[in-house]
Amino acid sequence: MAEIISGWFPENVSSFGGEIDALFRLILYVTGAWFILTEGLILFFLLRYRRREGRRAAYVAGDNLRQLAWILVPCLIVLLLDLWLDFRGAEVWAKIKGQVPPSDFHIQVTGKQFNWEILYPGPDKEFGTADDVLMENELHVPASRVVRVILKSKDVIHSFFLPNLRLKQDAVPGRAITAWFEATKPGKYPLPCAELCGFGHTGMNGWLFAHSPEDYAKWAKQQWP
Amino acid sequence: MNSTSPNAESVAHDAEPGFWRAYLFSTDHKRIAKQYLSVALFWAVMGGLTAYLMRWQLAYPDTEVPGWGFIAPDFYNMLVTMHGTIMVFFVAMPILLAAFGNFLIPLMIGARDMAFPRLNMLSFWVFALASLVLLTSLFVPGGAASAGWTGYPPLSAKPEYTGVTWGLNLWLLALALEFASFLMGGVNFLTTAINMRAPGMSFFRLPLLVWMELTAAVIFMLSVGPLIAGAVMLLMDRVVGTTFFLPEGGGEPLLWQHLFWFFGHPEVYVILLPGFGLILEIIPVFSRKPIFGYRPIIYSTIVAGALSFVVWAHHQFLSGMDPRLAMPFSITTIIISVPFALIVFAMIATLWRGSITFSTPMLFAMGTLSVFIFGGLTGIFNGSAPVDIYIHDTYFIVAHFHYTLFSAVFFAGFAGLTYWFPKMFGRMMNEQLGKLHFWLTFVFFNAVFIPMHVVGLGGMMRRISDPTQYEFLRPLQPLNQFITVAAILLLLSQLVFVVNFFRSLICGKVAERNPWQANTLEWRVPSPPPHENFDAIPVVYHGPYEYNSSEAAVDWLPQDRRVTTGAATR
Repeated sequence: MAEIISGWFPENVSSFGGEIDALFRLILYVTGAWFILTEGLILFFLLRYRRREGRRAAYVAGDNLRQLAWILVPCLIVLLLDLWLDFRGAEVWAKIKGQVPPSDFHIQVTGKQFNWEILYPGPDKEFGTADDVLMENELHVPASRVVRVILKSKDVIHSFFLPNLRLKQDAVPGRAITAWFEATKPGKYPLPCAELCGFGHTGMNGWLFAHSPEDYAKWAKQQWP
Repeated sequence: MNSTSPNAESVAHDAEPGFWRAYLFSTDHKRIAKQYLSVALFWAVMGGLTAYLMRWQLAYPDTEVPGWGFIAPDFYNMLVTMHGTIMVFFVAMPILLAAFGNFLIPLMIGARDMAFPRLNMLSFWVFALASLVLLTSLFVPGGAASAGWTGYPPLSAKPEYTGVTWGLNLWLLALALEFASFLMGGVNFLTTAINMRAPGMSFFRLPLLVWMELTAAVIFMLSVGPLIAGAVMLLMDRVVGTTFFLPEGGGEPLLWQHLFWFFGHPEVYVILLPGFGLILEIIPVFSRKPIFGYRPIIYSTIVAGALSFVVWAHHQFLSGMDPRLAMPFSITTIIISVPFALIVFAMIATLWRGSITFSTPMLFAMGTLSVFIFGGLTGIFNGSAPVDIYIHDTYFIVAHFHYTLFSAVFFAGFAGLTYWFPKMFGRMMNEQLGKLHFWLTFVFFNAVFIPMHVVGLGGMMRRISDPTQYEFLRPLQPLNQFITVAAILLLLSQLVFVVNFFRSLICGKVAERNPWQANTLEWRVPSPPPHENFDAIPVVYHGPYEYNSSEAAVDWLPQDRRVTTGAATR
């Protein structure tokens, strides 16, 4: 079952993506059970109690607690399951969005109609210095390291979306929003914009290059010889 | 003439209402309901057309759409924007609130008309004006609004970001007019249902539809204020150079999102509740049983209405608002499933040990229920903030809200139209065509929207015009084409309804007063009801759902029929 569900998603290469996917599966199992139960009951009642000559419907108004228990108890179960999913969700949320883990790898990504401007601080790890490098739509990072992204926008709202890293965060003009991710596997992954940003929204797409440590060192050497 | 006294007014005009009074500037709630219905059905065709164009472009990007031509990216954005705007504000609300509410509230509570018939007429004409403005906005130079139906600034706040000038201004104006219209309608609904109930029609003898319409009207009136203010601010940003939502002038783009969704999420329930109300009337009639848990349903509705005001920020988990805010909103959002679960369970329990007839209205009611359950359950995924990180702004969301809204607007709408058609137009609809229409709609609806969840989980973003431009979405293209074919078939299936509607209007079997043997008061008057509705105001002795009660010899007991044996207190 879990394999079928994973097949719907793009490959997960995120350090926290597994938890999002697991939460998705948990909700799917809980809601799936309710789906089968409720739809099954509807179908069963519709067939079992279809009109037949000579049989009258029962007068059951559900106006006393004894009868209402039939719907109140399931509602209570729904409430408990809701709370369970809420608290499971709160843990995962706190881990991903609650705080940004320590990182010495900072990148500034600025959305603009219709590209991602990616600013690398260079060896001095400071933005706004001479060794900064600006690239369009190419985000090069080392794999297996926490990357801190400072998201900005020059014009309208964009949304920084890394499907394989299970990360999405809006970039809002006037704000610097911090997000983070850690790629667990080297590779080239899509980086589309997920928020309608104008006539060129379709095709606003960058790439994340997660390099192995050696490859990253090689790439950095080319940029900052 | 005193507008608070519809009785006096109509006596003067009843004898010979001229063409203008009878058809255009009528103050009769039934006529006004049909006016709303006609305009909404026109917009439904437009909404369907936008869906067709979008689906074609998504399946076969940059090919000529049969019967139309090529679709440029900016035109696609206009389609996205207009589809949402039209379907929510110009189809769902006019049909579910204005048409059914107007037609049924006075009849169901035993009143001769709305409390303010002239205000009612005015609200329709303001709505007609809103429709005209929206229609105009499609044809002005620069094109129609293209910033999404949510109109997020800065994209919507500066013409140079979209290239759209007057199209977007007129779009805002149309929305403001529409809100004004529904505010008038809401005032009317509330006043009517509180003050004009027939003797004996206590609040707990009101049909559930009336409760649902009232709750929806209250939710609407309480939530729309901030958005009207927001719309005016956005219009000012566009035309007089203010910067409420523009950071370069110290404004805040997120402010709009809060104003929009503080209204936008309650709006979902403004649409859902009347949809539920319609099928809550239909299920007991075709199960020949009282609705299970009448009072708990009412309490649940009120709880859901109250909760709907504290869930809005679940649209903004990733908007840049403080992430600590996500959890409270995630919890309220998921908890709102409880009152809705109760209503759903109550509907299911009503079927238990019933005597169920599969008429067209009942089939559509069951379609509403089964489709809504699916949509309600997928809402849990979206409400869970961590899962939303991935599925936000993907087709999973699109699929989810079509499961909830299509069920309320179209399945429940068709249930209501086929059920009350005899009362509205005095003729029966054709059952064979009705059933054919139901099954085609049910099958193709699911064929469109179940695969759409999978496309969304594959990562396909909303509001992109060409998935093939993204390498990672290309494997999903066969699924996108399947969805498009199913969507076209879903749209074509509606022709069955169109044929049935007009055919029945002209040559359907003449309807009697009460073809379904139902209890509520609208079935106690001729079909269609005359001006003023009732010869004499009825006196109500029972709740609305006394089917198979031991107090009556037959299996139904109209609300105004007095039973002489024993106390009829229900």
